[in-house]
Amino acid sequence: MNYETVIGLEVHVELKTKSKIFSPSPNQFGSEPNTNTSVIDLGYPGVLPVVNKEVVNYGMRAALALNMHINKQTKFDRKNYFYPDNPKAYQISQFDKPIGEHGWIEIEVGEEKKRIGITRIHMEEDAGKLFHGKNSSLIDFNRQGTPLLEIVSEPDMRTPEEAYAYLEKLKAIIQYTGVSDVRMEEGSLRCDANISIRPYGQKEFGVKTELKNLNSFSFVRKGLEYEEQRQAAVLNAGGEIKQETRRFDEKTGKTILMRVKEGTDDYRYFPEPDLVDIVIDDEWLEREKALIPELPDARKERYVSEFGLPAYDAHVLTLSKETADFFEATVATGADAKLSSNWLMGEVSAYLNAEQKELSETALTPEGLGGMIKLISAGTISSKIAKKVFKELVTNGGNAEKIVKEKGLVQISDEGALLKMVTEVLDNNAQSIEDFKNGKDRAIGYLVGQIMKASRGQANPQLVNKLLLQEIQKR
Amino acid sequence: MSLFKKSAAELQELLHSKEVTIADLAQEAYDRIDAVDGEVGAFLALNKENALAQAKEMDEVPFEKRGPLYGLPIGIKDNIVTEGLETTCASKILEGFNPIYNATVVEKLKEAGMVTIGKLNMDEFAMGSATENSAIKPVHNPWNFAHVPGGSSGGSAAAVAAGEVPFSLGSDTGGSIRQPAAYCGVVGMKPTYGRVSRYGLVAFASSLDQIGPITRNVRDNALILETIAGVDEHDSTSANVEVPHYVDQLTGDIRGLKVAVPKEYLAEGVSDGVRKVVLAAIDQLKELGATVDEVSLPHSKYALAAYYILSSSEASSNLSRFDGIRYGYQAKASNLDELYTKTRAEGFGDEVKRRIMLGTYSLSAGTYDAYYKKAQQVRTLIKQDFDQVFEKYDVIVGPTTPTTAFKLGENIDDPMTVYANDILTVPINLAGVPAISIPCGFDNGLPVGLQIIGKYFEEGTVYRVADVFEQATDFHEKTPQTWEVK
Repeated sequence: MNYETVIGLEVHVELKTKSKIFSPSPNQFGSEPNTNTSVIDLGYPGVLPVVNKEVVNYGMRAALALNMHINKQTKFDRKNYFYPDNPKAYQISQFDKPIGEHGWIEIEVGEEKKRIGITRIHMEEDAGKLFHGKNSSLIDFNRQGTPLLEIVSEPDMRTPEEAYAYLEKLKAIIQYTGVSDVRMEEGSLRCDANISIRPYGQKEFGVKTELKNLNSFSFVRKGLEYEEQRQAAVLNAGGEIKQETRRFDEKTGKTILMRVKEGTDDYRYFPEPDLVDIVIDDEWLEREKALIPELPDARKERYVSEFGLPAYDAHVLTLSKETADFFEATVATGADAKLSSNWLMGEVSAYLNAEQKELSETALTPEGLGGMIKLISAGTISSKIAKKVFKELVTNGGNAEKIVKEKGLVQISDEGALLKMVTEVLDNNAQSIEDFKNGKDRAIGYLVGQIMKASRGQANPQLVNKLLLQEIQKR
Repeated sequence: MSLFKKSAAELQELLHSKEVTIADLAQEAYDRIDAVDGEVGAFLALNKENALAQAKEMDEVPFEKRGPLYGLPIGIKDNIVTEGLETTCASKILEGFNPIYNATVVEKLKEAGMVTIGKLNMDEFAMGSATENSAIKPVHNPWNFAHVPGGSSGGSAAAVAAGEVPFSLGSDTGGSIRQPAAYCGVVGMKPTYGRVSRYGLVAFASSLDQIGPITRNVRDNALILETIAGVDEHDSTSANVEVPHYVDQLTGDIRGLKVAVPKEYLAEGVSDGVRKVVLAAIDQLKELGATVDEVSLPHSKYALAAYYILSSSEASSNLSRFDGIRYGYQAKASNLDELYTKTRAEGFGDEVKRRIMLGTYSLSAGTYDAYYKKAQQVRTLIKQDFDQVFEKYDVIVGPTTPTTAFKLGENIDDPMTVYANDILTVPINLAGVPAISIPCGFDNGLPVGLQIIGKYFEEGTVYRVADVFEQATDFHEKTPQTWEVK
């Protein structure tokens, strides 16, 4: 039987506020264990939480960017459960009055556009981190109290590909608002996936499983692909799907049963009595609205209309705010837009992937890249030479023109000098001339190669071609 | 005459005239504790060495740099955290817990120059009305050792009544300051919810808890509240409402004051002895120029049930952090679940466990609507009851407790009877309004308390009425047997 897959995603995003959500401790990644903590984070007797207003600002900003309705009276609730990483034995979260509800984002898979609903977005505190040794476990409470946004989608996705596109878009939007680094490798973006399948045409949802340990967008996609097939195989064999939590195993690409859920967990939510309701007035709301920058979709459209880029280029460039900002700054130096796009999507992207670096971690600047592209456009350097210049720019930085001069990489476009080289090569390759005249076009390629070699790659290829054809006719 | 029979102002005069030193006052407290606390049982940890050293240093400070409470001794209820001084909430689970920070009120007392004598016994985690639920030891009523001092601030009230310290801090969630103050014949104030910071008060029921002073007279009580009150950046539920000079509001005049007496507060359940004393006190207020009318607070009968559901619900969550991992008692165990279970089974007393179970049940998915949510609705109705009466009246007056102090052990197996004792105090916490209990007479040799309830943040009016009554009577000057012990 053929089944339709139904996917919903729960994404946690760490907010990059200076201090924690309910205490003045620094909100920092990578510090020595248990140094960014206070009596409040550790849940000492008698302490009280105080809401960091910046968290509410950030929450509102993210919610607005995701087209959500803002609850003007929002409040915190307690979610009760025992776990060693949860020092109060309750997490301060939001239950029935989250900061935002009923939002959506638009995704594109292939040529098709689709709106994915977002049920809610709420603010909450993160827990500590456990390290399990052989005979003991250690707790690092640095992460305790890190502000989080939980973003819950509607079960609107039908393929793992759509889930991937949703995450890509969600990440881009949050990144544009500047409220989070959204780095999965640092845990500032985390994703759990709910997936079920049902026969085509059936209205009711099938029993869902929850996937955990999805540490990259590709793993989300892979985990979902595995899970939809696993569920179909179970149903086709006459079995039934159990409501369970499954862990994605990166090595095997399979999902492994963690625990079966019997009924729903009872977290005994109730309003947090240590905090007062937050009332958001119009002025506050407008202030946050004004802080929302141009978002990926708008930017993408602008790149097509303003810079004449193909839609595909515009899409890829705007997925990351850093890349898009870099692109615009490069174009602003006077560099050609399409060439700038080609370089960013091609050479630059390949370099970053190979080195596992962010753009900001390299020495490359928009001025550097722009300067180099201008030299290409002006014919001062060839694309081949440009690759050498790029390597220098990305590792040591600097000015393209200067690099070209210092390293003597300027393209030779002087016809007299080139003619000398052409003549010399033709003199030494009578056989090739013969071949060419007998209709072997390939021979010309060989000759060009010889000239380029003689010029150490600096000869202007167009001119070489022209001169070569002209001189060959004379013989 | 004992030093601690004197008011704060009189003690300052003694200090000024150099008849006594600050060190003498602190020493007096420890001498009184040595003399009587073996039988009273009010104190837990003592701050003796620090307090005496601190007092000696403070004696060097010139008088012009001292405020009205400078150098005076005070006892602190053991659920208020004190840096470096063991704070246990009279529970085994916090055995050996030495806080690394001070509660906001403790900081404020420190700034005012008060000398912390020690920590005061209480019902474990403030859950009880007799201080029989202390895991350390029971407290005895100084007026009659066979009787309870009330609770949960039983140690705070008994220490002042017994003359061990002139002032103390208690906390009041459902009557825990006013009821022991009534039983022990002292003055106890529960301020408006939000008047005093709760930062550093080990939470029992966060939406109800308030810290307040217990003293031998109204004026001193006002002086201490003024010192500890005010908005606190560490407590979002503390109110940004200006703190007036309460002492300045003690005008000695209540002519034309409109007093309401709820018929529900003198109904069945209130003993004849208490009723008689309280009615006489109300007559006294009339004589002093107040007009008195009977009113109704119709939802009072639901207050007790709502209170025990809400307070236990919050407590079940607040007390979950005591897991034996970061501080306090830790049971020996071979795995995590066993560690949690054994620590909590061995660390908490029966009453605490009873309330955790009650609260957990009330918050559970299948029972939330019928219990927690319903109780919240009742709370709103009770607030409205008070709002309506306060549209026409300045204060509400009645007995603090239905009876005088009962005997130790009398109700120990009957929690429902003990709970019923709070019937006249819990509605005030549910509404969040301020209320004081002051001595208004005796029944069979045990003190009776008069409860005066005010509008939100109008503690000044409550103090004014209490002060006028106190000036016209001498009940507050009576002292129990313990004062004679050498």
